[in-house]
Amino acid sequence: MKYTLSVLVENKSGVLAHVAGLFSARGFNIDSLAVGETEDPSISRMTIVGEGDERTMDQVKKQLNKLIDVIKIYDLSRIQFIDRELMLIRVVITPKDRERVIDIVDSVRGASVADVGDQTLTVEATGDQTMVHALIELLRPFGIKEIVRTGKIAMAINNKK
Amino acid sequence: MKMTGAKILIESLRKEKVEVMFGYPGGVLLPLFDVLYDSPIKFILTRHEQGAAHAADGYARATGKVGVCIATSGPGATNLVTGIATAYMDSVPMVAITGQVKTHLIGNDAFQEADVTGITRPITKHNYLVKDVKDLAKIIKEAFHIAATGRPGPVLIDLPVDVQMQETKYQYPKEVSIRSYKPTYRGHPGQIKRAAKLIETSKRPVLYTGGGIIISGAHKELKILAEKCKIPVTTTLLGLGGFPETNKLSLGMLGMHGTVYANHSIMESDLIIAVGARFDDRVTGRIDAFAPEAKVIHIDIDPTSLSKNIRVDIPIVGDARMILSELVQRIRKAPETAAWLKRIGEWKKRSPLFYKRDNKLRPQYVVEMIHEVTKGKAIIATEVGQNQMWAAQHYIYTTPRTFISSGGLGTMGYGFPAAIGVQLGKPKAIVFDVAGDGSIQMNIQELTTAVVNKLPVKIAILNNGYLGMVRQWQELFYKKRYAHTTLEGNPDFVKVAEAYGAVGIRVKKKADVKSALKKALKIKGPVVLDFIVEGEENVFPMVPAGEAINRMIGGMA
Ligand SMILES: Cc1ncc(C[n+]2csc(CCOP(=O)(O)OP(=O)(O)O)c2C)c(N)n1
Ligand SMILES: [Mg+2]
Repeated sequence: MKYTLSVLVENKSGVLAHVAGLFSARGFNIDSLAVGETEDPSISRMTIVGEGDERTMDQVKKQLNKLIDVIKIYDLSRIQFIDRELMLIRVVITPKDRERVIDIVDSVRGASVADVGDQTLTVEATGDQTMVHALIELLRPFGIKEIVRTGKIAMAINNKK
Repeated sequence: MKMTGAKILIESLRKEKVEVMFGYPGGVLLPLFDVLYDSPIKFILTRHEQGAAHAADGYARATGKVGVCIATSGPGATNLVTGIATAYMDSVPMVAITGQVKTHLIGNDAFQEADVTGITRPITKHNYLVKDVKDLAKIIKEAFHIAATGRPGPVLIDLPVDVQMQETKYQYPKEVSIRSYKPTYRGHPGQIKRAAKLIETSKRPVLYTGGGIIISGAHKELKILAEKCKIPVTTTLLGLGGFPETNKLSLGMLGMHGTVYANHSIMESDLIIAVGARFDDRVTGRIDAFAPEAKVIHIDIDPTSLSKNIRVDIPIVGDARMILSELVQRIRKAPETAAWLKRIGEWKKRSPLFYKRDNKLRPQYVVEMIHEVTKGKAIIATEVGQNQMWAAQHYIYTTPRTFISSGGLGTMGYGFPAAIGVQLGKPKAIVFDVAGDGSIQMNIQELTTAVVNKLPVKIAILNNGYLGMVRQWQELFYKKRYAHTTLEGNPDFVKVAEAYGAVGIRVKKKADVKSALKKALKIKGPVVLDFIVEGEENVFPMVPAGEAINRMIGGMA
């Protein structure tokens, strides 16, 4: 089971090492981890996507909570959230494929051509996990040379509005 | 008033009422040691930094106060590591201070530089690298708070030499507030109510209690609960002393070398009330066969301990003492346990702890005699191995903080320096280190520390000529192929003691054990008692690795 945790931590050096160390020391799998400052510069937010059963996830949350520099954990598996990821994907193209690739990119919301090279074309895409995966599959037949992904960031949906 | 970082540190330690610290100097600690020169804080110079860490740990376990140790950068700090890890595994409150190279050199592979906050991250409750002298006072305040509260543990402060020399205005904070650290003490009332109900209707309840009882000072509440409800009590290794073993309801220790009756009770129980214990693998044995019919109430201050190793029906996060006292009030009627206690009584009669009582000098007898000669009033520190298990099994513990042993990490070389710390914290107590001939050699240099500081610690070496615990496994599971477990070339421990300026006594006969112990107790300084015991004695009963805990061997008289 995949889970997404949104973790508020003190914005200090060493905190990332602590969190990453915890995952490796306890044998928890981590799919992606994205970190950035929040509206309060003393606090960073980590969005962690991991994989594990209910009990593992429970332990991950408790262990994270135990770290002194972790302020609060939101388990996004239990609430609705919006998620986005930024991806750069470089595709090998022959002159005859070029039009088709550009067409595909144009047809996907959130994707655009970032750079056109001699034999490659670099696509930039922002979207949720489904979109990012779909785009990868659409482009795969042409030959993917390189993928760079930021990892997912997420924000709970504010029902109060 | 402006003060240097070094001065701030020492002043702050005084504000924390630190009476004694253990450590070893070095280049980057010169400014700090210069301040120590005039300080009223007692400084114990150990002969190895590992000794300093274990001594601080022993001091903390015996007194409940925070133990403080200090070491220089690089090798000094790495020498502390085993001691810090030992304290971490057993939830011992400790503040470790390490010197560090100048701030601007950090990361440059400077002379005697080690990434100490990096190295100790997984073995400390928290750690700090102080980069600005202005943060120092607050960091010290936080460090002591974090070390001593919630589930206690070691906190490390890495202090660069230039920060020790920088000056700033000093004010020690009165309070700490860490937004991300607020341990839970009060148990959830609804959960406590549910637990009370479950206890009331249980038929075969067992209290399984650990070090948490001792840390939170819950021994009185535990006794009240056990006696009110007539529930038998078994303790873990670190829980020894949390419930008097002289009490009829006591089952002694459980687990790999627990009593037959404790393990059977757990396995047939319909309700396990775990308090301040964590279902460690040495306790549960084969986990999928563990206590198949039992519901589980688990009380622990550390939420990560709950539902980690086994499925728990009623988890309660909080302080053992507070929760037990509420639980007692919530229980309206005691469960019907007469039949259960009768059954346990039969196990006790049929399979008591035993060893062969012949004329040979057996290690268990030495431990028994230590109990007799000290009238059970001693504090027993142990090394690791068979000696540790015999000390746990054959001394009768009745009082918290009288059994001092490395449980979680199982650190050979722990006992003697820990005993030194115990003696400093409890100057009037009779302190023994029950040792093995292997373990004692891991920190034997601390004999100097004991001699110089006139600490009357008694070391009882159960000298079997082997790394006995490992040999026992080789005997039982590896066809007696004693690969590198015979300790040939052991030194003459009596001469070693004398060379260090301590007293050495060798005992070869059973008949001489008592008089030797009595003689040792009369001597004001440290004494090394070298008991030449039966070499191939084994620790029984025993649960072989990976077996259910009622599949014990060597348990029948
Ligand atoms: C630092 C360390 N190294 C290795 C071990 C593994 N070990 C556990 S018990 C033991 C033998 C201990 O021998 P001794 O101190 O003579 O005690 P005995 O078992 O003979 O009583 C060893 C090597 C350990 N626990 N700690
Ligand atoms: Mg031995």
